[in-house]
Amino acid sequence: MPNSQIHNMTLVELKKALNEKNLSSREITETLLSRINDFDDSVNSFITMTSDQAIKEAMEADKKIANGDQTNLTGLPFAHKDLFCTKGTLTTCGSKMLHNFIPPYDATVVKKLKNAGVIMLGKTNMDEFAMGSSNETSYYGSVGNPWDLKLSPGGSSGGSAAAVAARLVPAATGTDTGGSIRQPAALTGITGIKPTYGRVSRYGMIAFASSLDQGGVFARSCEDAALILGEMAGLDELDSTSSAEKVPNYLESINHPIKDLKIGLVKQHFEEGLDEENKKNLLSAIDTLKSQGAEVIEIDLPNIGLSVPTYYVVASAECSSNLSRYDGVRFGHRTENYENLEEFYSKTRGEGFGAEVKRRIMTGTYVLSAGYYDAYYLKAQKVRQLISQDFKNAFEKVDVIAGPTTPSPAFELGAKMDDPIEMYLNDIFTIGANLGGFPAISVPCGFVNDLPVGLQLVGKHFGEESLFQCGHQFQQLTDWHKQTPEQFK
Amino acid sequence: MSINKDEIKYLSLLSRMDIDKNEIKDIEEKLTKIIDFVDQLQTISTDNIAPMAHPLNQSQRLRIDEVTETNDRENIQKNAQQIEKGMYLVPKVID
Repeated sequence: MPNSQIHNMTLVELKKALNEKNLSSREITETLLSRINDFDDSVNSFITMTSDQAIKEAMEADKKIANGDQTNLTGLPFAHKDLFCTKGTLTTCGSKMLHNFIPPYDATVVKKLKNAGVIMLGKTNMDEFAMGSSNETSYYGSVGNPWDLKLSPGGSSGGSAAAVAARLVPAATGTDTGGSIRQPAALTGITGIKPTYGRVSRYGMIAFASSLDQGGVFARSCEDAALILGEMAGLDELDSTSSAEKVPNYLESINHPIKDLKIGLVKQHFEEGLDEENKKNLLSAIDTLKSQGAEVIEIDLPNIGLSVPTYYVVASAECSSNLSRYDGVRFGHRTENYENLEEFYSKTRGEGFGAEVKRRIMTGTYVLSAGYYDAYYLKAQKVRQLISQDFKNAFEKVDVIAGPTTPSPAFELGAKMDDPIEMYLNDIFTIGANLGGFPAISVPCGFVNDLPVGLQLVGKHFGEESLFQCGHQFQQLTDWHKQTPEQFK
Repeated sequence: MSINKDEIKYLSLLSRMDIDKNEIKDIEEKLTKIIDFVDQLQTISTDNIAPMAHPLNQSQRLRIDEVTETNDRENIQKNAQQIEKGMYLVPKVID
């Protein structure tokens, strides 16, 4: 098998080639590492490379395969968003605050995937503390969208999305608090799933907003995403919010036909803000699903219009509390000039956090402060209940809710940095799933102005199987997910 | 609702986070925009609606209270920039 094809292969294809001994893990690893070396100066999708360790592990993987001792993902290349703690490897969370943080432990997701056999090539770029929708708030520089390097790949998991889209790595982890997996997946033309809240352990995932954060995966097909999620998911004693719900065999469920599936189309999605071309793509995707026998029903989410303001109160409040741990004492950035303890804290935090993180901490502090708590935080928690209930009502009629992932395709780097509200509204279609804890996937469904856009499918709690099933059947009938940016073919 | 300079300073104090003088105006403008935006929430009635804290409305899973971690202080303190005899160093707090 020619090495020139390795970067275009999916995980499932690579796994087959490894098991049939047509390729070695070392060949795969070295090929992709050299590709990253050649291309990543322009994309900037990685913050840290773990090349030496990767080659060493690949050689061990090859031995295991030769001896027939392989596990499910032995020898397959992978990358982690730099928000997952990796034992002995720098973990920055995109922030100056953690420019020197070397975790003494692995996140559960990292550990599980390591045990399953993946080879980590490096840690990917991201918005600082996952706060951003364009990857521009990273202390380590913005990331280019492989479809046009002047454009943003989306965020906050922009580095993982760009690396997978540029064929630097076949799959990578991401995290999604308000759309941080699905939005970049849509804007870079790949597949990305945010599972049900509690499906994947958050242990070792650096916290942003704990009631919304959920780890997930980027890949170039639903099949690959299903393969990875199966290994990531499950109960973890180290995360008391992780679920004991049994993890189904996702790879098996993707093949089930969708003829009995009921798909909901949200009335409100068509009322505002949706790009005309994007709408056309969406309706054509729905027709494709209908052609397989799925029934399409119009549904109503009356309070969905309030999801973005609700999110910015809840997420900022949780962020201001979570990020209070960065005090310069035990780990991370520590200021050098101070007179007393108060000043030590204030300077450490003032120097360590970037502008967007500061804004969110201050917003959170404001909505939680005396006199404003009831009007903002408590109110937002009540509206969150209403929005979540709307979804539950809809799921009594349908199995899956379909819609656009983003209002429009990728935007220029710098275009939205001056207006936080415009930036926040990028997540208008994705936030609802986080507020209610529902699983959601984005799959490529066409192009607008030569740029990819995504179809979002939201499922019932622990309904990941129907998302994979729908997404996979769609990918059997379309080739949007196989399109590659010209520069990275 | 607008947020003024004094409120910014107070938020900076509450969150123990220095704000550069040059940043204040920008923060003032952007925070005002954000608070105006989230004020939309006041337009909807939420009487008799319970606040939602957990997406699955689950209660916390508990475990038996027993020691599961071993003492890993040395390893953990590798990340601290100033330690002495196993203790973290901070500026003087009590005279």
